[in-house]
Amino acid sequence: MTADILIQVLVSGLLIGLIYALVAVGLTLIFGVMDIVNFAHGEFLMLGMYASFWAFALFAIDPIVALPLTALLLFAVGVIVYQTVIRRILKAPMLSQIFATFGLMILLRGLAQFFWKPDHRLIPHSLVSGNIALGPVQFGLPQFVAALGAVGVTGALWLFLHRTRLGTALEATAIDREAATLMGIDGQKMFALAWGIGAACAGLAGGLIATFFPIFPEVGSNFILIAFVVVVLGGFGSVTGAFLAGIIVGLIEVLGGFLVGPEYKTAIVLSLLLIVLLVRPRGLLGKA
Amino acid sequence: MRFAAAITEPTRTPTSMATANAPTRRQTIKRMLAAAALLTTTALTGIGFGATPAHAEDEIRIGVIYPLTGAAASTGVELKAAAELAAAIVNKEIPAPPGLVAGIGLPNLKGAKIKLIFGDHQGNPQVGATEAERLITSEKVVALTGAYFSNVTATASQVAERYGVPFLNGESSSASLTQRKFKWFFRTTPHDDLFVGNFFTFLGDMEKKTGDKLRSIALFNENTLWGNETTKLQVKLAEEQKFTIAEKILYPAKTTQMTSEVQRIKAAAPAVIMQSSYLGDAILSMKTYKELGFSPKMLLANDAGFNDSEFLKTMGKDGEFVISREVWALDQAERNPLIKQVNDLMQQRAGVNFNGNSARAFTGIAVLADALNRAGSTKPDAIREALQKTDIPASGLIMPWKGVKFDANGQNELGQGIIVQVQGGQYVTVWPFDVATKPVVYPMPAWDGR
Repeated sequence: MTADILIQVLVSGLLIGLIYALVAVGLTLIFGVMDIVNFAHGEFLMLGMYASFWAFALFAIDPIVALPLTALLLFAVGVIVYQTVIRRILKAPMLSQIFATFGLMILLRGLAQFFWKPDHRLIPHSLVSGNIALGPVQFGLPQFVAALGAVGVTGALWLFLHRTRLGTALEATAIDREAATLMGIDGQKMFALAWGIGAACAGLAGGLIATFFPIFPEVGSNFILIAFVVVVLGGFGSVTGAFLAGIIVGLIEVLGGFLVGPEYKTAIVLSLLLIVLLVRPRGLLGKA
Repeated sequence: MRFAAAITEPTRTPTSMATANAPTRRQTIKRMLAAAALLTTTALTGIGFGATPAHAEDEIRIGVIYPLTGAAASTGVELKAAAELAAAIVNKEIPAPPGLVAGIGLPNLKGAKIKLIFGDHQGNPQVGATEAERLITSEKVVALTGAYFSNVTATASQVAERYGVPFLNGESSSASLTQRKFKWFFRTTPHDDLFVGNFFTFLGDMEKKTGDKLRSIALFNENTLWGNETTKLQVKLAEEQKFTIAEKILYPAKTTQMTSEVQRIKAAAPAVIMQSSYLGDAILSMKTYKELGFSPKMLLANDAGFNDSEFLKTMGKDGEFVISREVWALDQAERNPLIKQVNDLMQQRAGVNFNGNSARAFTGIAVLADALNRAGSTKPDAIREALQKTDIPASGLIMPWKGVKFDANGQNELGQGIIVQVQGGQYVTVWPFDVATKPVVYPMPAWDGR
């Protein structure tokens, strides 16, 4: 094995890792703010992909151009889901909460199958297509743009959480709901906001990968398992942690798959999950 | 009498569930109801039988079992149309194109006509067995054909074996079906093992044609039962025929990225990739090949995702030059006028073109009619003996085969698959060379040279 191949593998791992990070960021945000695990998160990604697909198929809008629209749409979906489903189970036992989001996952998948058929679809001619070659290292422009977009969105989210009043309010709610309420922060509004932003992140990830990944109703299931590993590794609720963990998981998956054998790549990633849970249950940057 | 089949179905699920815990009262009632319904149907059958004393001598009844309802209904309906077209040709209701084996009719049976009695297995092996039993015992069919799904063919042909009625299967490709040493089972279509074997013959032929060495192959298969079985067979055949396996990858189906897989194959630098993937993975792998700028001399796909009607629709130009296996292709009509004429008849009657499944269903009935004629009798033993002596030349068929001739296990030993390549957005036949309509584009052009 030459250094060229190693660099190539690392680049591929980094690119997919950044996408994992973006998917996981939304998941960890929702959990951080209200301690609810959203099993339907992969379906938000799926909806984001379909939003891009239909924008392209019906109105000839490129997925990259349609990104703000996709984000807005998924933000709305997140808020609606919060208002109709999640708000009612806030005080319910954890098992009910799990079943509620799990049921939502099945519902969204079923609806997508019913309305959009179980076919695999692709966006044939995106603005971003083709390859970039940097010496011996090759990568696809769509993958590169997607990774860049993931960095941008995660960065913007970080700035929002740490540098704006609204974001700080959200963080405050995450740290201590009751104290935040006493300070005049509307908890309900913050929860809705968290769901909106969380869904929008998944939607943006969907829109970004729609330029190169096949689109079908079950696509969320491919990503959700990895997103959970990323959230656990990064520490439940930590956006920065999820970002770093996404990159780590991407690198380990691709590098491990390459060195040990692709048939073990999922096993390698899931072993990582077990090790983290055993050695450092709060994850890299999680609060104890 | 369809009733009987339908009523046994709901009892199946509760029964299998009941193994975990004792049957509930509801389940017991359901079972009793089903038993009662079965008894009633059997009684009715008896009565019905008395009412129609004997079937006219000139009507030969053949049972045809297909999935006419359920998830595969659309395929079942096409198969039915193909079988009916074959019967109409045998019965001389429509003039047959000259040379077609079905066109001979049944002169040795004094111009008797065949009548197809259809059964619906709904994609369910249990229902398939019940339907086979119904067709044999109450419809008094002299032979059975069907059932498209390999697992249904397995159960339905078991019933035929028990009753000693010939079962001719035209379109199920699981290799194990003709490894059961059945006495009454015959299969015209080539099976899965043969298709995989074709790949190696094809590579040998290509080596002779191009003078290139194509001995180093990478196996790239998904890791469910199908991919695993295919891998085992490929490894065995590669060893026997002196091919080296440069890389063997069983990848997890439904994955988010295939870069590690493709990197490994790229590093191994094989001349040929043999790939078995369902649709999603087929698309993702093609995207990854392109992303990493990797094109082997040849990409040999094992049907499935690469032949899905969605594959070319979604891949567009990037799907070009993929080579895959098929059982039949419409471009064969360019080569064989018989195929065009029979396809035209299908168009007139059913408004659809033949495809690999319906062409094989048509051929199944034609082969059965040929045996009936030579048997000159409707006695099961006579039909079986005639089937064993079947020897139909390629010129009488609409299949790209060398003919029909059954071995001791009832497998047609002259059947063969074809190999197609995507050229100009179409799957065109490129092998066997004597039935090819276009030459192979070889080597596969590099991504930046397209």
